[in-house]
Amino acid sequence: MSISHDVKRYPGLRPLTAVFFLYLYAPLAVIVVYSFNANRVAGVWTGFSLKWYGSALDNAALVNALKTSLTVAAIATAVSTLIALSAALAIIRGKNLRFRKLSETIVNLPLLLPEIVLAVATLILFSLLDIQNGMLRLVVAHAAFCTPFAFLPIRARLQGMSLDLEEASADLYADRWTTFRRVTLPLIFPGVFSGAMLAFLISMDDFITSNLLATGGSTTLPVYIFSLIRAGTSPELNAIATLLILASLVLATVALLVAARGAREDAEP
Amino acid sequence: MTDSALHAPAETEHAPRARFWHDLSFWGLLPSRLLMGFALILPIFIIAAVSLATRGAHGGFAWDLNLAGYRQILFNEGWTGELEFTPQYLLIIGRTFLLAGATTVICLLFAVPVAYFISRQPPGRKAALVYLVTLPFWVSMILRVYAWMIILGKDGTLPRLLETLGFPAGMSFMFNDGATLTAMVYTAMPLMVLPVFASIEKLDGTLIEASHDLYGDRWVTLRRVILPLTAPGLTAGAILVFVPSLGAVLEPTLMGGGKQMMMGSLIQLQFGGGRNWPFGAAIAMTLMALVMIFLIVTSLRAARREVAP
Repeated sequence: MSISHDVKRYPGLRPLTAVFFLYLYAPLAVIVVYSFNANRVAGVWTGFSLKWYGSALDNAALVNALKTSLTVAAIATAVSTLIALSAALAIIRGKNLRFRKLSETIVNLPLLLPEIVLAVATLILFSLLDIQNGMLRLVVAHAAFCTPFAFLPIRARLQGMSLDLEEASADLYADRWTTFRRVTLPLIFPGVFSGAMLAFLISMDDFITSNLLATGGSTTLPVYIFSLIRAGTSPELNAIATLLILASLVLATVALLVAARGAREDAEP
Repeated sequence: MTDSALHAPAETEHAPRARFWHDLSFWGLLPSRLLMGFALILPIFIIAAVSLATRGAHGGFAWDLNLAGYRQILFNEGWTGELEFTPQYLLIIGRTFLLAGATTVICLLFAVPVAYFISRQPPGRKAALVYLVTLPFWVSMILRVYAWMIILGKDGTLPRLLETLGFPAGMSFMFNDGATLTAMVYTAMPLMVLPVFASIEKLDGTLIEASHDLYGDRWVTLRRVILPLTAPGLTAGAILVFVPSLGAVLEPTLMGGGKQMMMGSLIQLQFGGGRNWPFGAAIAMTLMALVMIFLIVTSLRAARREVAP
């Protein structure tokens, strides 16, 4: 076998890859380490302390921002996943569909345009329509740009799925709704789940759109963090950042594991 | 319902069944069309119109159509209405392309060898390494930029480290294009490695062996075998990095400071606190047009490559 052989022809690759992973993770590690620093000046280490976590969790503005972000992300995820699921079913299963390619492009449109352009365009729309409710603005905009992220995994799952089980279900006199609920949906569930997770993370992470559309009462977490950064770095900010990094890593790991298990089950006979 | 028609309804003469699948394609796509129509396509038409409107007296705009927004990209209007060429916004457009291009090239230079190394690992380790590449991507963008602020900034990790090595104290690496570029490369890197990895993994190892057997050295093998065969993946990665980099907002705002703007931060500035919406809309239309031209050119080139091998 030549698999290990050809790597040896490029001897610098192993150390380069090691440096690469160091580069990916060291900046995040710096935040985590600083969050345990007792000193107010983050760069000067004076001792281990958990006090910044206490003051982070006591921060009412932070908790409010977290609530706003979670609410917006939950609604946007539910809406965008349902819309993506129905679009994927129509595009993959629908027949006599004209403009199939165009319909798919419309769903994926948010990926093709720079986010800042969409954000200011939506801001103008809302101000022309006089929609002042910050939550409503955020939910509509987030649902739109989360849809392609929910759509792509669902579409991939539906596309790769065999029709045999659905046909068997129909042969056993199940109606279409029962077949969908009992056969199709469980089969495509890994796709739906990773799509929803992606949409949720993208919504939680968004800064550009939320910063322009949020009103006084609807500051999301990234927008709040931006205001903290603008006010100057602080150890409390490092503690908040560490908690968020941890939360993202856990969520992403769960999402990737579910997707991987789905793929593995397919591979088994 | 003995139904092979479930996947081939067009062939049956059962009108209700055929209609169900037809209805599915209509009703299934309706929600996405309504959402994208309202929250995306309509706003794009509106912003195109606003880019032609006149700046309002108290922020916002008035429907008094002219090209002042676009003119302002190139010219400054003096007190008496004379037009004076000002390169400042052209410089911002130039910097945007330069930084986005540099981000793409640096990401490619890292991604190709790393992806190649990962693709030649045994399956278990390969999956673990791909997972490790993906993971930082899920950490909030603003936190990934913030990490570099506390590394490069005053009293940051790097200045402190250099101080202990005998360099002068109080150095700062913030608020310049290099700082912006550092953060842009860091946030974009996973977007490059994954598509490059996907195409390198499909690469047939025996072709590399054949090249070496025919006395091709490493450089010739890389240039004549590996790169041409992985070109689609490299192009995909370059698009995934270049296009969002053109619209970068957080990196220039936080790392570049107020002076070193890119198009994204310039647009955002025009819409913050009622400044100049028509000008901001004109810059946004320019950015969108440039992105569209880039995407069309790349897809045309990709199509040509498929036709002529």
